[in-house]
Amino acid sequence: MIVTELLKLVRRPRTWVLVALLVALPTLVALFVKLSEVAPRPGTGPAFLSAVIDNGTLFPAAALAIVLPLFLPVAVAVVAGESVAGEAQAGTLRYLLVRPVGRTRLLVAKLIAVLAFTLLAVSVVALVSFGVGVALFGSATVSSVSGTEFSTADAAVRITLTVLYVGWSMLGVAAVALFLSTLTDSPLVAALGAVGVLVASTLLVTLEAAASVQPYLPTRYWFAFIDLYRDPVLTRDLFRGVALQAVYIAVFLTAAWASFTTKDVTS
Amino acid sequence: MSPPVIATHALVKRFGRFTAVDGVELDVREGDRYGFLGPNGSGKTTTVRMLLGLVLPTSGSLEVLGSSRPRTVLSQVGAMVEGPAAYGHLSGRANLTTSDAAGGSDRRTRKARVDEVLERVGLVGIDTRPVKNYSLGMRQRLGLAAALLQKPRLLILDEPTNGLDPQGIREFRDLLVELNQAGTTVFLSSHLLAEIEALCDRVGVLDLGRLVAQDSLTALQAPTGRTQVQTPDVAEAARLLGERVEHVAQDLLLVRTHKPEELNRQLVTAGVRVVSLMPERHTLEDAVLSLTTGTSDRA
Repeated sequence: MIVTELLKLVRRPRTWVLVALLVALPTLVALFVKLSEVAPRPGTGPAFLSAVIDNGTLFPAAALAIVLPLFLPVAVAVVAGESVAGEAQAGTLRYLLVRPVGRTRLLVAKLIAVLAFTLLAVSVVALVSFGVGVALFGSATVSSVSGTEFSTADAAVRITLTVLYVGWSMLGVAAVALFLSTLTDSPLVAALGAVGVLVASTLLVTLEAAASVQPYLPTRYWFAFIDLYRDPVLTRDLFRGVALQAVYIAVFLTAAWASFTTKDVTS
Repeated sequence: MSPPVIATHALVKRFGRFTAVDGVELDVREGDRYGFLGPNGSGKTTTVRMLLGLVLPTSGSLEVLGSSRPRTVLSQVGAMVEGPAAYGHLSGRANLTTSDAAGGSDRRTRKARVDEVLERVGLVGIDTRPVKNYSLGMRQRLGLAAALLQKPRLLILDEPTNGLDPQGIREFRDLLVELNQAGTTVFLSSHLLAEIEALCDRVGVLDLGRLVAQDSLTALQAPTGRTQVQTPDVAEAARLLGERVEHVAQDLLLVRTHKPEELNRQLVTAGVRVVSLMPERHTLEDAVLSLTTGTSDRA
């Protein structure tokens, strides 16, 4: 069943269109920066971009920071929101269930496919942007946000951790979208619902009056991966981010399971 | 009597305040060709979905192939529910392979089984085209192929001939008869009387969620107690039979009698020439229309 779902994912043209779009945006940004040679002043624009003009090695981090606010969560929400509701809308859900495929098993297979897509998307963005960064801006010694230098191996570890951290954050989005996907027969509603949650969270994070709830908002610690490039690494927000996402993932996956296993499939 | 294949007891399904299925007692036996009739919106599809474990009953119990939990026996059931569905970007063959793999059946025999069902439903030759280019009839055939993949003991088919042309319907019926003769129990849900009449030997009639009749087809088509006589000597026959004649039209008389053979003798003895003489039977349509309250999709 898991293999079946993974095959479905890679055989769908849409998967690759989404990945291509995710790669295209940072590449476009890199081209503009290169051609105009105008990097944003330090502290403005997407994170890391100001540092990239002298050193392409850090571009994967910049690229992830570029797609993280909107492109990446939307792509994940589309894939996860589609997973159950899409089958329901196409009418294939009832045929899968009478095959028979157990509901829990189907949900787990869907979750693994979404997880695979998330890791694929984040890794491809990191890898391609590394190539683009080095090709356009060259590689030099990497200096941390704090000003000290670290080796290429060290940088590779930090970028890998970034990929994992961003992937974990996206899994939180996926859990919300998957839950909504079990509630509705419309993949659009499920994906937009999840995106709506994120937009609301992003707004509240910037609102001082909402300070009391901010530590619990799903997007609150998304950008904590920047702390990975400090020397020494500032772990406080990173750990909080990992723990917070774990709660979101656990709660929404449980809700998705409870909703799907007791649901009347009338699609 | 052969063992029960589907048995439901006081099966009820409510959606909110709406009662879709109201105390249905189905009794389908092994080897039956069971026709499940009812107007649109009478609860046929909801009943079928409960049999397949897609919809959970509000109350009552059901047993499919001897199990009260449909999920445990579904691998022996082939089903088509409310029209076919497939992944449009995949070919017909890829859809069958995917579907078979999802069920976790034997991988070594997969290709042979896919080939066999494609052959059976007549899709060989277009099996590599993406399903989005299929006509509705081809999709129905593909749906039936998927239902047959695991050589089911029981076929549950909900409105399976939608979108098929007359030729396709005939092929479909022949295939079902062939499968039935090989031992497969067929449960066919439809609002098309002719389809049920042509295929089934037992019939259940559903109306507003209630099972209003369940009997053999021959019992539902019982004699009406009238016989239709065709004769060139209409006037003489009418005089002879008197009040028993209910209706006269050209050379046809409709005569009330429970003994057509006596009627025939009486006519012939009296010198009335008889072209044909036929006991009238209830049509399935009459039976169903007298039992049901009409279409419930009418507001």
